[in-house]
Amino acid sequence: MIKIGKYIEQFINWLTHNFGPFFKTVKVGVEAMVNSVQWLLTFTPFYVVIALLAVLAWRRAGWGVGVMTLLGLGLIYGMGYWGQTMETLALILVSAVIALLIGIPLGIWAAKNSTAGKIMRPLMDFMQTMPAFVYLIPAVLFFGLGKVPGVFATIIFAMPPAVRLTTLGIKQVPEDIVEATRSFGATSRQLLFKVELPLAMPTLLAGVNQTIMMALSMVVISAMIAAGGLGEVVLKGITQLKIGLGFEGGIAVVILAIILDRITQSFGKKKQRAKH
Amino acid sequence: MPKLQIDNLTLIFGRERNTVLQLLREGKSKADILDATGCTVAVKNASFQIEKGEFFVIMGLSGSGKSSLLRCLNRLIEPTAGDILLNGTNITTLNEKELQQTRRKEISMVFQKFGLLPHRTVLENIAFGLELQGMSLPERSAKATEVVELVGLKGYEQMLPSELSGGMQQRVGLARALANGPEVLLMDEAFSALDPLIRTQMQDELLDLQEKMHKTIIFITHDLDEAIRLGDRIAIMKDGEVIQIGTPEEILTAPANDYVSSFVEKVDRKTIITASSMMDTKPTVAVFRKDGPEGSLRKMRATGLDILPAVTVDKHFLGFVYLREVLEVKKRGEPTIESVIHRDVPVAHPDTTVEQMLPFIAETDKPVAVVDPKSNKLLGLISQTSLIIETTGNQLV
Repeated sequence: MIKIGKYIEQFINWLTHNFGPFFKTVKVGVEAMVNSVQWLLTFTPFYVVIALLAVLAWRRAGWGVGVMTLLGLGLIYGMGYWGQTMETLALILVSAVIALLIGIPLGIWAAKNSTAGKIMRPLMDFMQTMPAFVYLIPAVLFFGLGKVPGVFATIIFAMPPAVRLTTLGIKQVPEDIVEATRSFGATSRQLLFKVELPLAMPTLLAGVNQTIMMALSMVVISAMIAAGGLGEVVLKGITQLKIGLGFEGGIAVVILAIILDRITQSFGKKKQRAKH
Repeated sequence: MPKLQIDNLTLIFGRERNTVLQLLREGKSKADILDATGCTVAVKNASFQIEKGEFFVIMGLSGSGKSSLLRCLNRLIEPTAGDILLNGTNITTLNEKELQQTRRKEISMVFQKFGLLPHRTVLENIAFGLELQGMSLPERSAKATEVVELVGLKGYEQMLPSELSGGMQQRVGLARALANGPEVLLMDEAFSALDPLIRTQMQDELLDLQEKMHKTIIFITHDLDEAIRLGDRIAIMKDGEVIQIGTPEEILTAPANDYVSSFVEKVDRKTIITASSMMDTKPTVAVFRKDGPEGSLRKMRATGLDILPAVTVDKHFLGFVYLREVLEVKKRGEPTIESVIHRDVPVAHPDTTVEQMLPFIAETDKPVAVVDPKSNKLLGLISQTSLIIETTGNQLV
């Protein structure tokens, strides 16, 4: 019998033993981030948050989405899950931002360097297809219970689309444009920031949207390791067989998902330019 | 010193470049090398010089290596061996920074598919090269605006490339290249993506621009007609090798081999072939006052001609004399042929094209005298026969 599980276990143990202080520092940092975002979202009166999100949705995605945001968030508040929803939102935002901060540069690297691309591809496949629950185990070993392991597992699960779609977006930039840019004496930095990233932006933003949606699904799962938020409501519904509770939590998740999806998608669409 | 000097430029695609270079030295063919190593020889030992202000066209079919050769000149593709000297500086040994500077200031490029930035306006596209140099927004906008007028894009400054026709987009491409103020322009099939009518128009405008700017232009095309219209000189490439370099006329009148001839056949020669390449430069002449009727008749007998051009002792062209009239003059006992010189005859200059000489066939049955436009000296003679064959010969042969 090949005991891969045993080796992985040993490796994780080795990591926890030797990098304890490192994990502790990360934990403190991430915890502070999540708490401050959550504090901001809950300290601000709910009607202000709802109004801001509704206006954002209206400006970016049209009045229909604006109205839906208003009604949806109103319903969540009415059902009494405002606190949990903001807790979940804070987790999503922090996880997604970190996933993007790591994922986009990795995606650029994979597009520029074929060796990096070849290594990253199977790695991304692995991260994306591994059942999400599995990440919870090392997360708990590294960071204990709570929000931080939740964020950790979410980052791993949500990062692949950001990497993949950034790579795709940059590779899709037409060769003649890249060549023209180089022919005018562009440095690689100028090529990246003035040409490749702007042209890759719609694809890249589709990656951002995907990352946020995957972060949302993972954040719910990470309630199993006491990350809190709406996931906890759903989990309680399951464990105590309270159908109503489960559905209430579920509906809140769906509302949050639709709002986040519509708003982030709107950034990926091409802005219409006024014709002259 | 030539503006651009290319010495033994070789470009090989594939892994075993050193082996291939060795095989090339041994004189192996491109096909053999591909079989032996799997490497493609894109450019093989290209050497030529381009003078300042010259419009140099490289012509070849697809796969001839012409575009690869062009990309070696600004090192968009790294040449495998050989030297490229720009104003005497070897481009191939420049480091990254120096190469960027050269691309920014000295060599600009225009692309077949335009290569414009779709998210930027026409003016921003034109100013792009200047932006890369780090020029401030007001300064580069001002410079770009100057070029806008030059290429006829006035009024289009705020549009996006996608809102323009192909011809207009390539004007943007050209303007972007000119905005940097380079001395050398590389044009890669710049007009090949355009409709025939627009294409001709762009060719004319480029020639007009060139008359004002005197850039050194290296223009790639697969179309010999375009090459002939534009080029001061043309290099013809096949299978990575430059097989002939010359003026359009040299290429048409003296194709280096069958491959070049096969192209040349399809070209409308009438507008390119000039009197200077058709004329007999040592015609038999009756020298006025030196050759009297007697002398003229002797020359006619010797050559079998019944018409001779009459010139002065210092070779100024006077007209033609006819056999019968010279005989009559002799009978009348006149000492010179002066009274029978037909002075009112059409003459051509060395750069007169066949097309311009067509009316002469209808007007006269005499040969056409080619004279120097300034001194009126006789340079040569074109017989009616060669004129008629040149104008109709392509269809007959």
